Amino acid sequence: MANKEKDEDILEQISNQEYEFGFSTDIEMDILPAGLNEDVIRFISQKKNEPEWLLEWRLKGLHTFERQAMPDWQNFEMPAINFQDISYYAAPKNKKKLGSMDEVDPELLATFAKLGIPLNEQKILAGVEELEGEKPQVAVDAVFDSVSVATTFKAELAKLGIIFCSISEAVQEHPELVRKYLGTVVPYSDNKFASLNTAAFSDGSFVYIPKGVRCPMELSTYFRINTENTGQFERTLIVADEGAYVSYLEGCTAPKRDENQLHAAIVELIAMDNAEIKYSTVQNWFPGDKDGKGGIYNFVTKRGACRGKNSKISWTQVETGSAITWKYPSVILQGDNSVGEFYSVAVTKNKQIADTGTKIYHLGKNTRSRIISKGISAGFGQNSYRGLVQVGSKADNARNFTQCDSLLIGDLCGAHTFPYIESKNNTATIEHEATTSKIGEDQIFYLNQRGIDTEQAVALIVNGYAREVLNQLPMEFAVEAQKLLSLTLEGSVG
Amino acid sequence: MLSIKNLYASVEDKQILKGINLEVGAGEVHAIMGPNGSGKSSLASVLAGRENYEVTEGTVTMDGKDLLDLAPEDRAREGLFLAFQYPVEIPGVSNINFLKTALNEIRSYHGKAPLDAKRFLQLTKEKQKLVEFDAKLVNRSLNEGFSGGEKKRNEILQLAMLEPKLAILDETDSGLDIDALRIVSNGVNKLRSKDNAFILITHYQRLLEYIVPDFVHVLYNGRIVKSGGKDLALELEEKGYDWIKEENK
Repeated sequence: MANKEKDEDILEQISNQEYEFGFSTDIEMDILPAGLNEDVIRFISQKKNEPEWLLEWRLKGLHTFERQAMPDWQNFEMPAINFQDISYYAAPKNKKKLGSMDEVDPELLATFAKLGIPLNEQKILAGVEELEGEKPQVAVDAVFDSVSVATTFKAELAKLGIIFCSISEAVQEHPELVRKYLGTVVPYSDNKFASLNTAAFSDGSFVYIPKGVRCPMELSTYFRINTENTGQFERTLIVADEGAYVSYLEGCTAPKRDENQLHAAIVELIAMDNAEIKYSTVQNWFPGDKDGKGGIYNFVTKRGACRGKNSKISWTQVETGSAITWKYPSVILQGDNSVGEFYSVAVTKNKQIADTGTKIYHLGKNTRSRIISKGISAGFGQNSYRGLVQVGSKADNARNFTQCDSLLIGDLCGAHTFPYIESKNNTATIEHEATTSKIGEDQIFYLNQRGIDTEQAVALIVNGYAREVLNQLPMEFAVEAQKLLSLTLEGSVG
Repeated sequence: MLSIKNLYASVEDKQILKGINLEVGAGEVHAIMGPNGSGKSSLASVLAGRENYEVTEGTVTMDGKDLLDLAPEDRAREGLFLAFQYPVEIPGVSNINFLKTALNEIRSYHGKAPLDAKRFLQLTKEKQKLVEFDAKLVNRSLNEGFSGGEKKRNEILQLAMLEPKLAILDETDSGLDIDALRIVSNGVNKLRSKDNAFILITHYQRLLEYIVPDFVHVLYNGRIVKSGGKDLALELEEKGYDWIKEENK
């Protein structure tokens, strides 16, 4: 029928559709030759003028990395990664420290502008302007390959005592804070990729919100991999002191390349008494082409510690990119009455693989956690939810609710669920719900019959399915994420 | 308005419509009755363009346009509306967002600008009142967790909002209690005008007490075997369908 042909046309279109952010920037770079050894680590550390303790720590990471085996429990075949083929340092060639935004290489500013991330403090993120009412401000730390190139709104934040800068800068300016918290949530030996990051981390963001301060704007990092054959190993550390609040966003893209590129990041969050951290990610790394060639290997360790009582950490992620996504943003609920949340939408299409979920450790009394995971698989995509809920012997009255849904589009994709529950305290309440559904022809026909074409119908259905998660995102990013979801799945129904 | 000529259709190689002829003029209400499996709902599906239904012969035009040549969404945009027998649930998509999307798609097809938020809400309020639709349901997910009656009433709200030329009500009365039936019928009666037309597909005469048709047709074995005025419905109610089956053996 005519309708079927049209669906096939749309499918054809999407298969050939270009990844929107696949361009690369031609800019002079300092690039270290490929390879990983002590000299490389020393070079990076020296380049950044790091104190001795940090170099020692990096070297511990390196030596652990060399001994560690690759993880083998994931639900896909781990690709062979030759760690000696990767360059561990690439930075835009530039001179001295920048005094102001005006000194940033115009080529770089143009790159970020093209990505919809203006590094101009007068402007705000694309898409926000259409919204009515007060325009929210977003402070951005832009990371280009290995280094942070610009951080906006620093001065304004400093008035409140908030520190928001690249981690390299924090090492210079606030060494005592960095030393106190770095590596205390994700130890250098956590897993092979975490050890690698510890050894070779290039840059990333550092945030410190002092006691009783509510950060008045969204803080955001934008990661961009540009150079060929480099890895990106950034490290983010966010500390919310007693009674502080911060909402943090992370976005990322990369040029189209035939080779796979490695992204092995670490994010550590620390919330003290009555503090709250909200961490949102919209991950749109290059996913590879329709045959599965190229794309980013996204092997990331993210973990938060609710150290204080009544503290709260909330992870929200929208994962649409990367050839392989391997990440489990976790929360350690140490403080009594602390709360951990994980909201996730993960989309896989073509030959993409996602193995993602969370780990929640209930240690304090009356700790609560909530996990909402929404997987969407299309094409040949494989989507696994992997989750661990652990209740310690002293965690009286711990409560967890997990909901884990899978949506299938077409019949060549896969959805898998691996929930683990371990409780050592019989006062714990743990609930787990799971559903699997397909976008039904009936649903699409119903919407068609109301004048809505198939492409829009799929977008409506998918956004409806993911709504509970999208609602967790800050307003302006929710709009972007909705568009991204619709775009990603355009024409996936055949 | 609608002209069906010698329509043959099959689903999975099974012939289900076997030469339907039907003329529906503006301002008219037609009832199509018939026993189970006679092809009533199939006719609705074919007109709306559901996949799997293959038209093997015949033509259908709406105001002169070849309906069969259009994709389902374009048939809807041209003014064909089907009130479903079993409206689907779409979790997470709010009723109001769905209505707005549908309305603006249809408007844009006719070269009209989308309604702004204020005017859209105003219109929704008006129509809600007209068809006695519970305001609370408008903000809920589309049909999710609605009772059978609420789903049917939601179909009528959509009908009121989208103002189609031709509405086909596929067993809208099934599963409705007497109060819901009255509300649904009142809604339809208020929406009747000299410019639009309705086809009511039903098993029972009961609905036709509330919505009085101009014509009644009996569909049996894929064909219209008898047509008449509203009295035909009463006759069917009295005598059942057996005599029709006898006559058309």
